[in-house]
Amino acid sequence: MQPVATTFFFYFLSGITVLSGILVITRNNAVHSALALILGLLAQAGLYLMLYAPFVAGVQIILYAGGIMVLFLFVIMLVNLERAQKEEQFNKQWLVGLLAAVALGGLLFAVYVKGGTLFTEHIAQPVENSNTQQIGVMLYGNYMFAFEIASLLLLVAIIGAVVMAKKRI
Amino acid sequence: MAPITTLHYLVVAAALFILGVIGVLTRRNVVIILMSIELILNAVNLNLVAFSRMWGLHGQVFAIFVITDAAAEAAVGLGILIAFFRNKETVNMDEVDLLKW
Amino acid sequence: MLDYITSYLSSNTTPGQAGNVFWALVYIMVVFGGVSVAVMAMNWLERKALAHFQIRLGPMRVGPHGLLQPIADAIKLLTKEDIVPSEADKFVFWLAPLIILCASFTVYIVVPFGPTHAITDLNIGILFMLGVSSLSVLGVVMAGWASNSHYPLIGALRSSAQMISYEVAMGLAVVSAILMTSLNATGTGTLSMIGIVQAQQSQQMWFLFKFFPLGFIAFGIFAIAMVAETNRAPFDLPEAESELTAGFHTEYSGLRWSLFMLGEYAAMIAVSSIAVTLWVGGWMRPFPNWLTGETWDLVFSLIPGFLFLGLAFIAFIGVARMPKHPYFRVQTIGLAGFGAVLGLIGLVLFAPPVRDRIQDIFWFCAKVAVFMYLYIWYRATFPRYRFDQLMRVGWKVLLPVSIGVLILTAIMGVLF
Repeated sequence: MQPVATTFFFYFLSGITVLSGILVITRNNAVHSALALILGLLAQAGLYLMLYAPFVAGVQIILYAGGIMVLFLFVIMLVNLERAQKEEQFNKQWLVGLLAAVALGGLLFAVYVKGGTLFTEHIAQPVENSNTQQIGVMLYGNYMFAFEIASLLLLVAIIGAVVMAKKRI
Repeated sequence: MAPITTLHYLVVAAALFILGVIGVLTRRNVVIILMSIELILNAVNLNLVAFSRMWGLHGQVFAIFVITDAAAEAAVGLGILIAFFRNKETVNMDEVDLLKW
Repeated sequence: MLDYITSYLSSNTTPGQAGNVFWALVYIMVVFGGVSVAVMAMNWLERKALAHFQIRLGPMRVGPHGLLQPIADAIKLLTKEDIVPSEADKFVFWLAPLIILCASFTVYIVVPFGPTHAITDLNIGILFMLGVSSLSVLGVVMAGWASNSHYPLIGALRSSAQMISYEVAMGLAVVSAILMTSLNATGTGTLSMIGIVQAQQSQQMWFLFKFFPLGFIAFGIFAIAMVAETNRAPFDLPEAESELTAGFHTEYSGLRWSLFMLGEYAAMIAVSSIAVTLWVGGWMRPFPNWLTGETWDLVFSLIPGFLFLGLAFIAFIGVARMPKHPYFRVQTIGLAGFGAVLGLIGLVLFAPPVRDRIQDIFWFCAKVAVFMYLYIWYRATFPRYRFDQLMRVGWKVLLPVSIGVLILTAIMGVLF
């Protein structure tokens, strides 16, 4: 099946992504920030689908929106944020930080303007129907070692999280 | 309208990245700083997946590794946050000023 | 236009894959309406069956044998006052039931009612189903937090902990079933829901009986985890009425509360259909390889019609046993009409073209119905777990067992 209205969906989804990103960093209430981030993550899963990456989109929904963000909401409810909500939201060096970020943005913008032609050619033919199988083959073939290290990282993270959050070890 | 090229996706990713950087550099609340880090990681993911349309599936595999990394980072970061809150009753980043207590 | 509509009828893919927007919309409407009706029927059946488990009669007044009770309940809920607590976060409070509802209805996109009877067949079908159904935990957490009250908050914390812990065991059990799909000549498995059922078809075995105890254990883990995922008894701690009043939806009333109920029942049907697809052979009729031949095909294709005729017969027995008092005249006529409709459906199901198309859907729904009955049965018979027991079962029993089953399945798959 041919994709329909790709231009519309691209601008729609990327608009949601960027807007929710703005909401994340401007809300006073951490729960509202988290909800905006969830919306952005789901829109981004839509962008992955448009890039013929269904497996990454599925992983994004199941891990980010269903796992990590629930963890965030869980911690926000454990940690009482009512006082933090009424305090000053931005730190003292916010102007410097903003300037640095804008400078970084300018740099990226310059790169994309100067080298824009680099990114418009060479579109590989997407393989949608066996995407998952090919990623599986790559994970257990080319990237076997990286995969093992990732599992070790997760083990370390589990132990680290338990040690950090435990009252008395 | 012009067809959507890889460059379009890269611009969206760059915007997300800048937003994440602004969040990390200017906010005081640790929870929101952690969320901004998630934004940065997502911008990287979007870049990788966009490039995978040009250069084959390696980018998508890397995106999966980045998501794994984000899960580990969120777990440890929130664990530290809870330990910190238990001791100092605050979640503000600029009050993390003791190496030991 | 007409050509566009009729062109799909001769194709043998799902409307989503064929790219036919009209038929996709029709399927969406049918599935949405069917699930809503199933939720209402389930509501009535649950109250009736629970009552009979406890040797009561259950709803009897609204309509014959309380058949119109769900409609009466719906009208009552729609006309009730919609209370929003004054300290609540209004926007999040409003959003939470919608998220639960959307999450539990979106998963029906990939549920395979038959080889072509699904809205679409995604390459990542089962991953999509697990992912989207896991989004409903967000709705629970938001509802609990936005109510700004103690019991909902505790209910939401319990619920999120419970759902995340059981999702892990559930996912590993699903992986061991997906591993079984790769046991073919090419060695590549599939995540698509239709592909999983077709793999069972080509291996001539339900995955429930594959590698004998292993399929059973994986299925058992899923069957336990899916009860915990949907917050039903005996794992209904998030809404334990005797300790938390009603858990995360204490502060909800009227329409919003009914949206929670609708979402919960839709999620129950959705996870049951995952279990049916993965282990119990999806749309396949019983014994497709043992009782083969045209005669058996005919016999099995007649079962739906006879089932509805049997239901009509039961309804007519009810008519005959109604008290002869004039007060019951309306009820008697209503029950007779209901029986007549059931009998008519049964007769329509005997017609050959209908029979051939409907039987996949019938077997799928029949298998799901068994699971729905099990839900009621659990609720009537099991006492509620304590929270630490629940966590212990999830992390110390189900998770190691499911990892063990996964490893053994992989070893068996390599050896045989």
